[in-house]
Amino acid sequence: MKHTISVLLQNKPGVLSRVTGLFSGRGFNIESLSVAETLEPSVSCLTLVTRGPDHIIEQITKQLHKLIDVIKVVDISESDYVEREMVLIRVKAESHTRAEVLRVIDIFRGKVVDVSPKSYAVEITGPQSKIKAVIDILKPIGIQEIIRTGTIAMARAKKF
Amino acid sequence: MKVTGAQAIIKCLQEQNVEVIFGFPGGAVIDLYDELERSDITHVLVRHEQAAVHAADAYGRVKGDVGVALVTSGPGATNTVTGIASAYMDSIPLVVFTGQVPTALIGNDAFQEVDIVGITRPCTKHNYLVKDPNELVPIIREAFYIARTGRPGPVLIDLPKDVVNAKITFTEPKPIKMQTYRPTYEPHPGQIAKACKEILKAKKPVIYAGGGVIASNSNEELTELATKLNIPVTMTLMGLGGFPGTHKLSMGMLGMHGTYYANMAVSKCDLLIAIGARFDDRVTGRIDAFAPHAKIIHVDIDPTSISKNVKVDIPIVADCKYALTAMNRWFDVQEDFKEKEQEERIAPWFDEINDWKRKHPLGYVEEGDIIKPQFVVQKLHELTKGEAIISTEVGQNQMWAAQFYHFNKPRHFLTSGGLGVMGYGFPAAIGAQMAAPGRTVIDVAGDGSLQMNIQELATARQYKCPVKIAILNNNFLGMVRQWQELFYEKRYAATGLEVAPDFVALAQAYGAVGLRATKISEVEPVIKEALKTDNTVIMDFVIAREEGVFPMVPAGKATTEMLLV
Ligand SMILES: Cc1ncc(C[n+]2csc(CCOP(=O)(O)OP(=O)(O)O)c2C)c(N)n1
Ligand SMILES: [Mg+2]
Repeated sequence: MKHTISVLLQNKPGVLSRVTGLFSGRGFNIESLSVAETLEPSVSCLTLVTRGPDHIIEQITKQLHKLIDVIKVVDISESDYVEREMVLIRVKAESHTRAEVLRVIDIFRGKVVDVSPKSYAVEITGPQSKIKAVIDILKPIGIQEIIRTGTIAMARAKKF
Repeated sequence: MKVTGAQAIIKCLQEQNVEVIFGFPGGAVIDLYDELERSDITHVLVRHEQAAVHAADAYGRVKGDVGVALVTSGPGATNTVTGIASAYMDSIPLVVFTGQVPTALIGNDAFQEVDIVGITRPCTKHNYLVKDPNELVPIIREAFYIARTGRPGPVLIDLPKDVVNAKITFTEPKPIKMQTYRPTYEPHPGQIAKACKEILKAKKPVIYAGGGVIASNSNEELTELATKLNIPVTMTLMGLGGFPGTHKLSMGMLGMHGTYYANMAVSKCDLLIAIGARFDDRVTGRIDAFAPHAKIIHVDIDPTSISKNVKVDIPIVADCKYALTAMNRWFDVQEDFKEKEQEERIAPWFDEINDWKRKHPLGYVEEGDIIKPQFVVQKLHELTKGEAIISTEVGQNQMWAAQFYHFNKPRHFLTSGGLGVMGYGFPAAIGAQMAAPGRTVIDVAGDGSLQMNIQELATARQYKCPVKIAILNNNFLGMVRQWQELFYEKRYAATGLEVAPDFVALAQAYGAVGLRATKISEVEPVIKEALKTDNTVIMDFVIAREEGVFPMVPAGKATTEMLLV
């Protein structure tokens, strides 16, 4: 099962390597990881996506919590949440495909962020399923480069 | 008040009531040593930094407090890694100070620079590189707090030379409150009630006690619970002494070299009460065959220990002392709880256990005049009235000590349990002797392991530590040889110690006393002579070369599949 775990941690040198060291040392897998400062500059938020049976996920959250620099660990995939990832794709765009590429980008509400005679660089944001769909469609046309941010996610606010 | 970093470190150590530290100097810590020399703290100069950490570990275990080690940068720091990793596995509170190159040089591959914080990240409870001199004092206080609270463990502080020399303001201590680290001490009352009700239903209960009982000083609470409810107790290697080994409820150690009856009892019990233990593979054997009929209650202060290896039915995250006290009080106020009824309900279970005890007691086969190692440990027990502090090396010697020296009190058995470090025992004995100057301290040693830290004979002599080393000398890396005998058709690859020192002469070369016994009749006189000698003594017991440790659960087998004597 895929789990998206959100970790609040102290923004200090070495903290990230405590987290990644934990995963490599204990043989847990990381599918993606993304980290940046929160509103409070001394605190960072790290979102990581991992996969495993329930008892492993339980160990992952407990072990993360055990790190002295970790403030809070939430498995946000346990409740309702929104997830987003951004991807930058440089796709081949020669005279006969330029229009098609633009049409595809438009359908996925993407943006062209760089143009050259033979390619477009495009930016697309969305949940993983959408990113995957875009990649599947652009692949036959010719993807030259792709950079992904990894997933970030946020639990939905309580509605009532 | 303005002080130097070095002065601040000394003041912090005094604030923590540190009386003895173990270390080895070098350029990066020369300023700190200069200050240390002028303080009232005793510094024990070891002959290898690994020994400093093992000695600090044992010192802390015996005192029930945090052990402290101090070493220089680079090789000094890397030499501590084995000691730190051992303390980490065994949850021993330590603070290790390492020197570091000046902050301006960090990252430049400077002389004797090493990223010790990076290296020890996975084997410390926490570690620090002090970059800002103003952080020095708060970091040291936090380090001691982290080392001794919750599940204890080693903490490392890396000290750049310029930080040690900086002028800083020494602030007075405040109670430590950390946003990110708050161990749970108090058990959940609902979980306690659930556990106690389960205990009242059980017909075949077993208590399985680990090192957490010793770390939390809850041996008395454990004894109260076990005797009140008449529950047999088995201990892990780290738990020995947490419950009196000679008590009628004691089944001794369980696991790979546990007693036949402890392993049988665990595999047949209907309720397993794990207290401060972590279901290590040396305890469980094949995991799906471990306590297959039992409901499991697990008390541990570390939530990650719970349901890590074995699925637990009633988890209790708490300090063992708090949890055991809560359980004892629960039974106290239970109107319909009658100790007599409890005893009667469990009586048939004791019939079974006693039957196993009769069938396969701990024992060994005598062989004429040849010294059996088990006999040596039994004699040590007898002649020290079971009161000595025993450290061990690793291998057969360690298991014989665990099996045949029946520990009645906590903090009397010092061994590298989780990491299994050959070379732990002798420096540990020195640390123990520094913590308990008047006591008898014996390192039950293997001839192989002792050579891993033999240089500490000089330390023992310099600080007048009258520790006794009892070498169970089989001229083999015996434990590995035993595996080769049993599972590799006696192909003794690299386990014969073909060249061995004359340990008696070696002791004498250091100004210590060397004694040797080669036949049974010499064992007692040698021990008696050693015990009355006020000097470091090596007793070289030349034992049956191919003696094995039994019972033995082969790795990966169910604990009922024991090889017996
Ligand atoms: C540092 C280290 N290296 C290797 C081992 C693997 N090992 C475990 S027991 C053992 C043999 C120990 O020999 P000795 O000290 O003579 O003890 P004996 O088993 O003979 O009593 C070895 C090599 C270890 N535990 N620690
Ligand atoms: Mg040996």
